Amino acid sequence: MTRTFARNCYELLSSMRFAISLLTVLAIASVIGTVLKQNEAYNAYLNQFGQFWFPVFESLGLYSVYHAGWFLTILVFLVVSTCSCLFRQAPQMLQEMRSFREKAKESSLRQFAHKATLHSALGTNTAAQRANQYLSVEGFEARTNQGEEGTLIAAKSGSWNRAGYILTHAAIVTICLGGLLDGDMPLKLQMMFGDTRPANSGLSLSEIPPQSRMGPAHWSYRGNVFLPEGKSSSIATINVGDGILLQELPFELMLKKFHIDFYSTGAPKRFASDIVLIDKETGEHFDRTIEVNKPFAYKGVTLYQASFDDGGSQLQLKAHSLAPGSAESLVINGEVGTSLKLTRQSTPLTLELVSFRPINVENLGADIVDASTLAKLSRHMGSGAKSPTKRDLRNVGPSIDFKLRDAAGQAHEYNNYMLPLEQDGRGFFLAGLRESGAEPFRYLRIPADDEGKLDTWFALRALLTNPALRNAIAQRFTASAMKGDAISETMKTKLTDTAARTLDLFASGGYEAMDKFIVDTVPKAEQDKAAEVFLKVLQGATWEAWKLQRERQHLPPLTVSQQHATYVTDLLNSVSDSFHYGAPLFIELTGFDEVKASVIQATRSPGKYIVFLGCALLVAGVFCMLYIRERRLFLLIKDSGEVLLAMAANRKTLDFEEAFARHRDNLAQLLTEHDHGPRTS
Amino acid sequence: MDLVQAKPSFLIRLNPLDWLAALLLLGGGAYVLDLYGAHMDVYEKAILIGAIPVFIGFAWRSNGARNLMGVVALMALMGISLYHGDLARADQAFFLKYFLSSQTAIGWMCALFFMATGSYWLGLLARSDFAEKVGTSLTWSAVTMGATGMLVRWYESYLIGADVGHIPVSNLYEVFVLFCLITALLYLHYEKRYNTRRLGGFVLLVISTAVGFLLWYTFSREAYEIQPLIPALQSYWMKIHVPANFIGYGSFALSAMVGVAWILRSKGILASRLPEPAILEDLMYKAISVGFGFFTIATILGALWAAEAWGTYWQWDPKETWALIVWLNYAAWLHMRLTKGLRGAILAWWAVVGLVVVTFAFLGVNMFLSGLHSYGSL
Repeated sequence: MTRTFARNCYELLSSMRFAISLLTVLAIASVIGTVLKQNEAYNAYLNQFGQFWFPVFESLGLYSVYHAGWFLTILVFLVVSTCSCLFRQAPQMLQEMRSFREKAKESSLRQFAHKATLHSALGTNTAAQRANQYLSVEGFEARTNQGEEGTLIAAKSGSWNRAGYILTHAAIVTICLGGLLDGDMPLKLQMMFGDTRPANSGLSLSEIPPQSRMGPAHWSYRGNVFLPEGKSSSIATINVGDGILLQELPFELMLKKFHIDFYSTGAPKRFASDIVLIDKETGEHFDRTIEVNKPFAYKGVTLYQASFDDGGSQLQLKAHSLAPGSAESLVINGEVGTSLKLTRQSTPLTLELVSFRPINVENLGADIVDASTLAKLSRHMGSGAKSPTKRDLRNVGPSIDFKLRDAAGQAHEYNNYMLPLEQDGRGFFLAGLRESGAEPFRYLRIPADDEGKLDTWFALRALLTNPALRNAIAQRFTASAMKGDAISETMKTKLTDTAARTLDLFASGGYEAMDKFIVDTVPKAEQDKAAEVFLKVLQGATWEAWKLQRERQHLPPLTVSQQHATYVTDLLNSVSDSFHYGAPLFIELTGFDEVKASVIQATRSPGKYIVFLGCALLVAGVFCMLYIRERRLFLLIKDSGEVLLAMAANRKTLDFEEAFARHRDNLAQLLTEHDHGPRTS
Repeated sequence: MDLVQAKPSFLIRLNPLDWLAALLLLGGGAYVLDLYGAHMDVYEKAILIGAIPVFIGFAWRSNGARNLMGVVALMALMGISLYHGDLARADQAFFLKYFLSSQTAIGWMCALFFMATGSYWLGLLARSDFAEKVGTSLTWSAVTMGATGMLVRWYESYLIGADVGHIPVSNLYEVFVLFCLITALLYLHYEKRYNTRRLGGFVLLVISTAVGFLLWYTFSREAYEIQPLIPALQSYWMKIHVPANFIGYGSFALSAMVGVAWILRSKGILASRLPEPAILEDLMYKAISVGFGFFTIATILGALWAAEAWGTYWQWDPKETWALIVWLNYAAWLHMRLTKGLRGAILAWWAVVGLVVVTFAFLGVNMFLSGLHSYGSL
């Protein structure tokens, strides 16, 4: 009973049906893993699937299909199945390879699908000799057997075809075994039976408990070493599901410098880390440069350039107040990756310095519109090197990303450029804002002043929004507008009132507030005209504010020019937009001291060479199986002069039909030919 | 005993043109090594040296391949010499602008492939041998123009800058051209081998579809612009991994179209015009076994490269995973035919479905899934 059961199990395991079913399941599981993004943060999955499905999919291991227990189990079964199949078939295959079947009987030869009866006009020995010679030229190995039925020549070629079977199946087993060794199977076993536990990824390195730390003797791993310039580390971080493990390396790594080179298009050209490796045992030093595609292997651990990051660049910042009437600013120094507590009017505010980019390459070119189809066609002809769309790539300088978080924990994200960007011939400082990472940035475009700076903008904004100065500016406006004209006091007062009112409206909410006022108070027919008047008054008042600002700072008087008029328009537009900036502060980047960090991947995969051996076997096997043709040819030469030719192949292809016809015709001619001299056909 | 020696030695069957081709290939290889050897690493030199016997082998095995190489080399060299080292000449020199600059040559390839498809179908439907012969000539011409375009493009990339130059197999646009060329060459080989032009219309249909995509990609995405290589692609592995892969894809596409022909014939459509089912089955098997062999090598080369660039030979990146699915699919197809002796409708349909899987692995992964192979993205 048990014997039959075991027997049945073995039969099932070694059957092709079973192997194909396993492969099908494997293929379907693999598809899931490609469709569902793997190894993301668990929060992302929770958002995607909701409270109900998240734990279901988690227990199925769908967030890391290829490392799920069931997936590895299928792989193990595949190895077992292929092994037993190999075990069952290999002896038979080897036997087939060696055997010539020179004991074949005439009756069995007559069963062949490809057979022919030829006639020999020569003696049996001569015929056999000629046939043997022919077969050896044609690449056959042959055995001759004198039997009761006559002389049987049994020939075969391409026997290595059978070896292909053994090689390919052995290759699959080898590759899977190597892969299982390198995969996280050993780690899974350690976590299941040992006391290894991944730690919460939010912990800092020093807080991680010993059961989440692996010693340098660990068999196989793949972790990342984070190395800021000038710092050193001998710890790699391994991500396991939602947590991390720390891997101690047998050496210490120090990053001297990290290089990024760019092509003229702004695309990265080279990432390289100049490192010093210090062997912990011997104390030896090795100076190396690790680049993408140029790893460095030491004591079984291979080091790769994986990625890069900011290593804590020092930023010099200036925080400008955006409160009405305020021209205050504050100098701050901060490090990328840290948070700073700022207090604005007794409300706490946190500045989180997210990232710093020293270089931003932007396309400042305009699109081309083709006059005709022919023009379009001709534009796409010629060399593949020309830039199809007008392109003007320029480095627009450094930028920072930061968040401002209020007391309630709500944060907006900001993206500010250090230098003005040229647009329509004028310089603008771009300041991006968004509510969350899912949206694109909306940019506030602040015009650069004559010195290419932000200072005038902040000073004028403070004047325009200061209620205490409103009347003074309005009076200056009236005085300047009525210069030389004698008008009544009432007119003067009216004009001053209008200017003060306009400034008041603008300061309360920019153009939007003015627009609302006009719509609410002016009859529809006169709205356009009123808007025009308001705008003129506002621009005039701004000129006066600017003059006032220059007087206060003891600067030479303002000159009237087209450039300054444009500045006023741009200034009013951007001040109006700035009422929606969503922060009481504007953070200006004034200087930086960049510190880069390199992420080096440290890998130990002893199974690699087993896998490569398997690959070599696989290639050899596939070529033997598919490109070597196995052929068997039998010639039974009877004393009567009758010759029975039979041929067989393990693949029924058209080549075989052709080969049979060719050998039949050649042998028929060869066995009837008497003349040994040159043929004169 | 003369019959025994009747099969002449391979070398004796070669004619003077074959020897000339070999001599030129050897001489050309030596010249390139001498000229650029200082800028090549040992692997790149090994690939160059290894490629020479491979090309000599092609030239000796097939007159078509030999003549193609000769004409393409001549045209590409002419294109290169017309440049005088100045890219702007592509819009000024007449022959460059209208024939030999890479974009124009590839444009000619596209037009010729469309015309070849039309000719083959005309021949098939109107029972005209002449139209089919024209189809063959047009296909050869298309391959000539396409290959010239690719070689000139290779040169143009170095004219942009010595650090930008690279073999044109680095993005989706370039590999689409490669796919068209390889599929067409495989088809031309089998056309001669099986002595039938009736399948041209079917195979050229796949190529025309690829060409259609290429044109869309050119006009609406301007994807043809030569881009410098990102660090991950700066490796000699690219020169062997990508072409090996496309021999696989091309063979699989060819077998699928033969499968379509088989299915049509079995339904009585064009039955009198299409080759015997046995021939179609044999062709399908041949194409899949060639494709499978090369696809196996390509995947392994990919794993070796990944081990060097990404630190692991296999990490279940979507492209890798789909390559595995394609491989398993054709492994199962071959098992069914070879060990179970399966023939007929199932295998024909399976080959057609195989093309859907291949298309997804080739394009779908880039369009719908993200991963490490994103430089091939749309």
